[in-house]
This record gives sequence, C-alpha cells and structure tokens, in this order.
Amino acid sequence: MNKKKINRLEETFSRLKKTNKKALITFITAGDPDIDVTGDIILVLERSGADIIELGIPFSDPMADGPTIQASSERALKGGVTISKILSVVAGVRKRSQIPIILFGYYNPIFSYGLDKITEDAARAGADGFLVVDLPPEEAGEFKRYTDLRGLDLIFLLTPTSDDDRMRLVAKNARGFVYYVSVTGVTGVRNALPLDIKEHIKTARKFTNLPIGVGFGISTPEQARTVSECADAIVVGSAIVKIIAENHKKSLILKGVENFVKGLKEAMDG
Amino acid sequence: MSGYPDKKGHFGSYGGRYIAETLMPAVIELEKAYKLYCKDKDFRQEFNHYLKEYVGRPTPLYYSNALTERLGGAKIYLKREDLCHTGAHKINNTIGQILLARRMGKKRIIAETGAGQHGVATATVAAMFGLKCEIYMGVEDIERQAPNVVRMRLLGATVNPVSSGSRTLKDAMNEAIRDWVTNVHDTFYIIGSVAGPHPYPVMVRDFQSVIGKEVKRQIKKAEGGLPDMLIACVGGGSNAMGLFYSFLKDNVRMVGVEAAGEGIKTGRHAASITGGRVGVLHGSKSYLLQDREGQILHTHSVSAGLDYPGVGPEHSYLKDTGRVQYETVTDKDALKAFKTLSMCEGILPALESSHALAYAMRVVPDMSSDKVVIVNLSGRGDKDVDTVVGLGETEY
Repeated sequence: MNKKKINRLEETFSRLKKTNKKALITFITAGDPDIDVTGDIILVLERSGADIIELGIPFSDPMADGPTIQASSERALKGGVTISKILSVVAGVRKRSQIPIILFGYYNPIFSYGLDKITEDAARAGADGFLVVDLPPEEAGEFKRYTDLRGLDLIFLLTPTSDDDRMRLVAKNARGFVYYVSVTGVTGVRNALPLDIKEHIKTARKFTNLPIGVGFGISTPEQARTVSECADAIVVGSAIVKIIAENHKKSLILKGVENFVKGLKEAMDG
Repeated sequence: MSGYPDKKGHFGSYGGRYIAETLMPAVIELEKAYKLYCKDKDFRQEFNHYLKEYVGRPTPLYYSNALTERLGGAKIYLKREDLCHTGAHKINNTIGQILLARRMGKKRIIAETGAGQHGVATATVAAMFGLKCEIYMGVEDIERQAPNVVRMRLLGATVNPVSSGSRTLKDAMNEAIRDWVTNVHDTFYIIGSVAGPHPYPVMVRDFQSVIGKEVKRQIKKAEGGLPDMLIACVGGGSNAMGLFYSFLKDNVRMVGVEAAGEGIKTGRHAASITGGRVGVLHGSKSYLLQDREGQILHTHSVSAGLDYPGVGPEHSYLKDTGRVQYETVTDKDALKAFKTLSMCEGILPALESSHALAYAMRVVPDMSSDKVVIVNLSGRGDKDVDTVVGLGETEY
C-alpha cells in the first residue's frame, strides 16, 4: 500500500523537543493569490522559521472562518483552484522540502473528491495529514479508516467548550497532534486572547500524550511567545493571509511573509 | 418507518453532525434537553397552549370548491397554515424552540431567514418572552422581502444583513453559525427548517408535525377517510415534513415540490434532490447543489424561502426509499398558481406554497373526482406582492 515510512510530524515534534523549542505552524490558503505562488510561499515560510504548514483547501462556505480567511478562500476559488492542483503544489514542495504539510479544510470538497482517492493522492503527493473543521470524531470514522490506511494523520480539535467526555473522545481518535482552539469563535486576528488557555491545556494533557498546538486569534510575536510557553505548537493563520492580501506583487508577498514569520519565530525561541 | 434516525441522528446515511468541535457540546446539550422535554407533560401542555391560543391552531383544512371546479378533477383541500399568527407554519417550530431555550436558561436568540417568515416567527416569540434576538438575512432577500424586514425590526429584533456569497439563505445560515460558535455559552440558535446538525431535523419535524396530525383528523371528518395525495413545497423542507410525518405509514401518496427556478436544465434553480448529489453542508449530510469540486452552487428561485442549495436529511432518506416523490415547478408556473388562487379563491399564497399549488394544478385534472388531494398552503403571499409586481405579473 501507500503506507508512509516516515512520520514527518512526529519527527518535527521530537526534534524540537530535544532543544526545548516549540513548533510554529503557519496557515495559508492554497491558491491565494494564485496557485503558482503557493509553493513559493510554503518554501519561504519554512525558510523563515515555520515548522509545519497548514495548507487550506478553500471552500465556498467557510463557516468556521472570519472575514480574512473567507476573503482568501473566495480569491482562491475565483482563481480556479482545485484539490488536484493543490496536491500538485504539495508534490512540488516535497521535491525540495521535508516540512510537514497538513491539509486543512471543510468536509464537502474532500467528500466530493472521494475519501479513498483523496487519501491515496494526498499520500502520494507527500502530504502528512488532514484537519477537517466540520468533521468531529463522531462522523470521522469512514475518513479515518482511509487516513489510517494511507499513514496520514487525522487531526482533531479541542475547544474552550470541550468537557471531559469530549476530551476523552478526541484524545482517543487523535493522531499527530491535538489542535486546541483558543477562543469560542471563528478564525481571525484578536487583540486579546482568553486567559484560561493554560488551564485548558493542562486539563487536555490529562487525556493525551500527543503534542498540543494552539490556534485561532494568535497574530503577534508577543502572543506567539506567551502561548508557546504552555503549548507544544502555535498556529498563525489570518495574520499571514492578511499580508498576502495586502501585497499585490509576488516579491512583496514573499518578503512580507518572511519578515513576519521570522519575527514570530524569534519571539518564540528568544 | 421507525428505527430512524439512529442515536447520532442519521437517517440512513444522511443527517448526522458535521459541525465545528466548539458546537458539539451545545448540540449534545440541546439533544438532552429536547429528549427530556419532548416527553415532559408541562412542556407539552405549554407548547399546545401557545399553539392554540397564540398561533390560532388548529388551522382550517379548507375545501377549495373554486379550484376543484376550475381544474375538473380530484377534490382539492388547502391546509391553511397561512392563517397561523405571523402568516406561515414557521411559528409552530419557533414556539417549540423558544420554550426549550427558556428551560435551558439561554438569554439570547439567533436565527437565519430567507423569505423572512422564519425570521418574523423567531422575532415574534423572542418578543413574547422578552429575549434578545438577532436575525441573519441575505442582502438579496432583504431587498425582495422588505415587508418582513420591517416586521422583524418592529418586533424588536436586530436584522443583520449578510453580503457574502450568494447573499441569500445559505449565507445567512453561515453567518448565524459563526455567531453561534462565538456566543455559544448564552445563545440559542433557532434553526428554521428540518436541516442542520442532529437534533434539529428531528426536533423541527416534531414541532411541525402538528400540521399532519390536524390534517389527518380533519380529512377523516370531512371525507371519511385518508386523502389520496399530499403536496407540499420543499426548500429545507419543514412544512413538508410537518405534513407528511403523520402519514408515512399510511397508503397515501406524497409529493415534495422543489423550486425549478428558470428550469433545471438552465442550472438556475434550487432543486437539491432533483438536481444535486450527496454532500455535507450546515451540519448534515444530504442532497446538495454543488459543482464537481464540492463547492456549493449559487441557487435561484423566485421564492426566497426555497432558494437554498440543500434539503433536510430526512427528505433525502425518503427520496431514496421511494416513500416520497420529489417533483419540480418553475418560477413561471409558481407565479401562475399564485395568480390563480388569488383570483379564484381570494387567497394570496406565499410564492413558496405556490410551488405546491402549481404541482397540484398540473396533476389534479387527470385524477378522478372521487380522489382527494391536500395542498399545504404553508404561508401567505403578502410578503411577495413586491416581487410579483416587480415581475410585471399583475395584469391578468
């Protein structure tokens, strides 16, 4: 079968752990501003300090996303991005980089592509896993059979509303890492993050030994530093997508992303 | 027909809970509360009290002599949900959900609306119980259903215009879900159709099933037996499920009528079952209008309430089992039915309900006069007069 030999996510987390560092996970929407730039952005993200890439599969109805990623998805879809094209970009990056790539999206495009086919094609392209925002463990059984079969990690989320039952269920199904959503709400930049993140992560650790990444709302080096003190990884998305939206020239996008991500990484490592 | 949905809300392979993890505890809490209260004597008494004294139930099952004579076939009865307080069947459900919200201690109500009927029905019950209420409505629908926007505001609700995507019901629902996920701790989301994550499809159907229960009793009294055919329009499908549910085990033909817009072949329609394929949107798996990539398509119908790319999961199940037949009616035929009923019965039907009427007008002439057909007149057409006038449909 297509079972992968190496688990890049696992390797990344254990490598960072040895030096007591935390992982920086960066999100971009595939195909924004256009699919030809996506591969370059991923490589710049890595060069600037990103440890893991979340590559967004755009969806027409991104219910868990705030205005920034909604607009980004719209731009990408207008540009004609498809899952096949996204997987080609992943395959292209894989020739030059071993950075773990998680495909991040909503269930309908994945379901429409076919669960068997998308896991086979994603594994062949060199993707490392999936995170599907509207697919809780209860509905994930069928997809998980395929991700397991292809050696892909299916990542689940915990949230401020998760009680012990949810934590237990998510922990039982989780692979790769657990994604803790820091706020009740949609994706997007926030001035202040809730104060109870630390408490929630402490509770979550009672249920899982997997690394815990924290995302939603983290946009500044200061926030990145504070949150990474209690988590194993932090996720930054909308703030990067904003830089992509605000710059029209490819060189400016790459430069802007590079400076921003370097700043995050320095704050986390510093 | 029992044995569904299963414990996780699946009607066969449809339904379920495809939502963000943040909302899972909320829908589990809602399911527990609903399970408890749907059997609770006090809750049922209070629900029935408001249906009777506030909504004005039972609504009449009216024998339309004029339409029957005009078409010259089966007898036509109209279930007059348009006579409910606020002018549509939607309030049956909002009464049920707000009573639940109160028992669950929720302080804030949100809802999506297309035609505005569900928005008005939600704003109404929120006003009655003094709860804060915000309604999400697509900008296009705000334009074409202006009278309902005014009504919601007069009832004290905030109407939030939604200008993303196709700027209609689908996008209003996206935005309502975003609000819910942000304010889940104190907010109750009153979904207006038999759609969304479990337990909404079951709960909304149960609250609406009063329609079919009444019809069964009324038609037995009027005709001495069961009807031959039930017809209802299907967008999300709540008025249809409400009518059909009590008859599922009976030997009665049922037809759900979807909006064919400008014609199925033009692609400008909203017929999810007829023209779509299985997918996942807004919390459940069901038939869905989508492109090859699984992106949701923009829909079109002259009727804002049917202008939605999905359909309740139970309808998908009933389609596959063959228990319910799904047909389509174009904008043009719906408008014709609107005018016909207005002129010959003095009843302005909602453009949504006009789809069901149009189908009845298509099939009734070929049925013998001893047959009985019941059309669910799910709402009144006052809200649609601007649309009808705008289309130059007033000359007759």
